[in-house]
Amino acid sequence: MKKQSYGMKWLSVEVVVILVGLLFLAPFYFVLTNSFKGFAELLVDTSGLPKSLSWDNYARAWEVLNFPRAFLNSLLITLFSALCMVVAASMAAYRLLRHPSRINRVLFSLFVAAMVVPFQAIMIPLVQVGNWLQFLNSIPGIIFCYTGLGVSFSIFLYHGFMKSIPLEVEEAAVMDGCNPYGIFWRIVFPLLKPMTITVIVLQSLWMWNDFLLPLLVLQKPELQTIQLATNTLFGQYLKQWDLALAALVMGIVPILTFFLVLQKHVIQGITAGAVKG
Amino acid sequence: MKRWLTSQPMQQSVFLGPALLVYAIIMMLPFLLGIYYSFSDWNGVSSQINGVGLQNYKTILTDDPDFGRSLWFTARFTVTVVLLSNVIGFLIAYVLSKPLKSRNVLRTIFFMPNVLGGLLLGFIWQFIFTRSFSAIGQATDIGFFNLFWLGTENTAFWGLVIVSVWQGAGYLMVIYIAGLTNVPSDLMEAAAIDGASGLQVLRHIVLPLIMPAVTICLFLSISWAFKSFDLNFSLTQGGPYKSTESVAMNIYFEAFKSNRYGLGTAKAVIFFVIVTIITMIQVSITKKKEVEM
Repeated sequence: MKKQSYGMKWLSVEVVVILVGLLFLAPFYFVLTNSFKGFAELLVDTSGLPKSLSWDNYARAWEVLNFPRAFLNSLLITLFSALCMVVAASMAAYRLLRHPSRINRVLFSLFVAAMVVPFQAIMIPLVQVGNWLQFLNSIPGIIFCYTGLGVSFSIFLYHGFMKSIPLEVEEAAVMDGCNPYGIFWRIVFPLLKPMTITVIVLQSLWMWNDFLLPLLVLQKPELQTIQLATNTLFGQYLKQWDLALAALVMGIVPILTFFLVLQKHVIQGITAGAVKG
Repeated sequence: MKRWLTSQPMQQSVFLGPALLVYAIIMMLPFLLGIYYSFSDWNGVSSQINGVGLQNYKTILTDDPDFGRSLWFTARFTVTVVLLSNVIGFLIAYVLSKPLKSRNVLRTIFFMPNVLGGLLLGFIWQFIFTRSFSAIGQATDIGFFNLFWLGTENTAFWGLVIVSVWQGAGYLMVIYIAGLTNVPSDLMEAAAIDGASGLQVLRHIVLPLIMPAVTICLFLSISWAFKSFDLNFSLTQGGPYKSTESVAMNIYFEAFKSNRYGLGTAKAVIFFVIVTIITMIQVSITKKKEVEM
């Protein structure tokens, strides 16, 4: 069969898809353009472009959100939780795969089973446990929570990926007198790099956007993440869209930049996660 | 290195210890505690916890119209969102796996809503529904845009569906595209030569071959929709008249606003059981439909 040529048929399909794509983008257009308008202009002319590019809304939103603080909190939580997950999960998956004793097989199924438990099913007692162990209202505390919530899926991903790593490499290292920990960190872990990127990207997107856990665990204003700060702003400044839209854009920009820069890894990560899942 | 450091028990604790510790404290302990609390009258504050047997479960099933309503909402919402987001996600993937010039840019665009969290999306669409839609409505006089979107029960429901589909379709598209690239093109060409129409090729060749992707996409979209919280929280606050309150919200309010922790944990247990049963049924059904190449 001849190679399909790019004719009128595909051109018309392309035009239709582009129109649908623009429809998908429309909400972003409205939020972005209106975030530069004054309150009166925003109400009178919602769909037009702003008459002037004023940054007043952004200056106010920056203050109200306490943006640098919220951004730093979100960043610290996401970064360190992802790091803890990578360390704990890669080591655990390695042991579970290389020493499939009966107890380790049971442990692996316990980890996998936890993946179907919805967070809302355990959140109430989790707060109580946090009370007892004093990990509420602290950044290390919430990092501890995220590590626990994300470790199962990470183990599952590493476990699947590690099966493709040949044993011979490790056996050669044993011959050379390398100890088990050295073998893992110097030889196996570097080979896991593609999966490590997947784990970091997938888990970071989830944690950065998560709202419910910080809502339950972080009550102090100075510990607010971007999601919490945005929620507080919307509660205090009801229907003040000039301020609110600027705040929304400030919440959108970091994560959208993360995605656009790492797009290739995000897409690969989703595909890898889905195939293994 | 000292021998005891490399002994098997030591290796077991070093490699598995950290993961097991966080897992036990963050997942296992709360899960078991939740089951225990669900048989009690715990209010979250008092240290006095009395066992009440099955009373909480009885109350929920017989005397809690709000929970029933939130369950009914969540069920309708899940079915609608799962159907629409999978159909739309698949259609976009199908078209974008064709040799279009703009397909890379379009893939990025369709995925973009997904990188934002439900909370921000809800606030964004609160603006779209209340301000942008009315502006478009005034300019074009199309009835669709002049509806009181977040004000009536029916439109609020569909508002949530629109936003969820807009958010989820791009993610499902990525998985469907990956599935579609595994369909050998000579198979499709052979069918076309034999005179199969485009729709027949889709139904009898493409669909059976991408069933693994369908399994995953259904699994993911069901669990997103069923656990929906952030979006309802920020877009409709569960209103009007609690008509868009999801089960997750109902559990949250029961425990953290009404301080009935015992009742809340019982609801959480029921929620967990329902989620588990539904996912097991779905996975076993779609797995059966997968074919080997």
